[in-house]
Amino acid sequence: MSNLNVAMIEKYRNSFLHEVEANVEEGEWVKMCMQCGVCSGSCPLGPHWEHPPQEIFMMIRAGKRQEVLESSSMWMCTSCYSCIVRCPRELPITHIMHGLAHYAQRLGLAPKEQPTRKFANLFWDNISKRGRVNELKLGLSLYFMNGVSEGIKTALKMKDVGLGLVKTKRMNPMEMVGGHVVKDVKGFQAMLKKAKELEDARIAKHGAAQGN
Amino acid sequence: MATKEYSFYPGCSSQKGNSSSNYLVSVESMCEELDIKLNAIPDWNCCSASIGYSGGGELPRLALSARNIALSEQHNPGQEIVASCAACWLATREVKERLEQDSDLMAETNQALAEAGLKLKNETPVKHMVEVLIEDFGYEALGKHVKKPLEGIKIAGYVGCQTNRPFGIQGESFENPVYLDKLVETLGAEPMPSYEKKVQCCGGALAFSEPEKSQAMIKGIIEAAYDGGADMIVTPCPICQMNVEVYQDQINSTYGTKFKMPVVYYSTLMSVAYGRSAKDAALDGHVIRAKKLEEIASKT
Repeated sequence: MSNLNVAMIEKYRNSFLHEVEANVEEGEWVKMCMQCGVCSGSCPLGPHWEHPPQEIFMMIRAGKRQEVLESSSMWMCTSCYSCIVRCPRELPITHIMHGLAHYAQRLGLAPKEQPTRKFANLFWDNISKRGRVNELKLGLSLYFMNGVSEGIKTALKMKDVGLGLVKTKRMNPMEMVGGHVVKDVKGFQAMLKKAKELEDARIAKHGAAQGN
Repeated sequence: MATKEYSFYPGCSSQKGNSSSNYLVSVESMCEELDIKLNAIPDWNCCSASIGYSGGGELPRLALSARNIALSEQHNPGQEIVASCAACWLATREVKERLEQDSDLMAETNQALAEAGLKLKNETPVKHMVEVLIEDFGYEALGKHVKKPLEGIKIAGYVGCQTNRPFGIQGESFENPVYLDKLVETLGAEPMPSYEKKVQCCGGALAFSEPEKSQAMIKGIIEAAYDGGADMIVTPCPICQMNVEVYQDQINSTYGTKFKMPVVYYSTLMSVAYGRSAKDAALDGHVIRAKKLEEIASKT
């Protein structure tokens, strides 16, 4: 169990809701959910969620910390924003789901093999190094994210899609070497490093046990 | 001097050799005809789209778009930011509004930006290219440039998610936006106002990580266009365009369908209707060729 996870359990022993409000992006909105279920009914991948958003909100209030944070549910969000525009209370549901997913990962509780989690992390690694997406490397790292043999199978299955894109000049094999990049890579990386430090410090402060 | 001038955020997928490079070609042709000058934001970076939250959390993710806005304010002062990509627009506008509402986050964002020698004032409006067309020009003005009406083509207007929610186009409904239908009509083609999948999600980034679930949704989007007698689908979003176009063979082999539905951008239609060549409209950038548009483009 990560140290931060232990510290958070220690600090918010009695209220997972308070923990979410203090540490999850837009988490202060969770208590406003009125359990109408429109979000769950509007979600394009709704049937694939272990617990749809309405249920997640209720589980947070019921203190089901582990069940929520270890769930694959939030990782099913396609960012279609249907839930946001239909919520009668105007909760920023999409952002809360993203925030919960990120928080679960920060604490080391997110499901390790969840494919969207893996892909999203590959994506972040890809852009945070050079400032712009390298689509070729991102695609290949996606195919091989579950190991070499499965990677070769996926790459073969995707061969025709790739060829179609190369033929129409929408994929460039030369991206393997070099590829698109921001000019001020140094400044770009320093900015991200600082932003991460500030955010980590804020959350570590929240996690610091009270008293003593 | 150009009629209109904007600070332009083209985005990663539009770059040379990338998945929506054909979109940028047609946007540039369209803008030439409308006398719009696009001044690219120097050294712009990725907005982290819709899946940046996982690795990026909140502040690092916000810093990405903040850097773009700050660069725009420094190099293209007084110009509104315009993005052609749905995700770029959404992320940039979201960050602008979040930082307007949260002064602590704004202060931390500027601390991070200072590491790159930048400062955010956050006073710049952020628009999607479609907003420029509809709000800054209007259908009537757009119609005046039509040299080759797209007669005899029926087009399903697939608006998708991120140009429609949560911000959308002013005056349009989230559930039944009609601007693509109006635009199709303006260009002389036949719209399909009863296209029931016009705001259905295509899976977005999950088309990569959850292909079966996403392709089931994409199948519905294409099927509904066929059911309404459409010859092609038009969309304002690069992710929608790619997802709905390039997996049709895989969907055909999974479901036994025979889809071969072209999926183009509004700017593709406009470039052709405005008399530009197939090359300028980037018709050669489509995996499923839009033959009816190629025919019109080749007419002199």
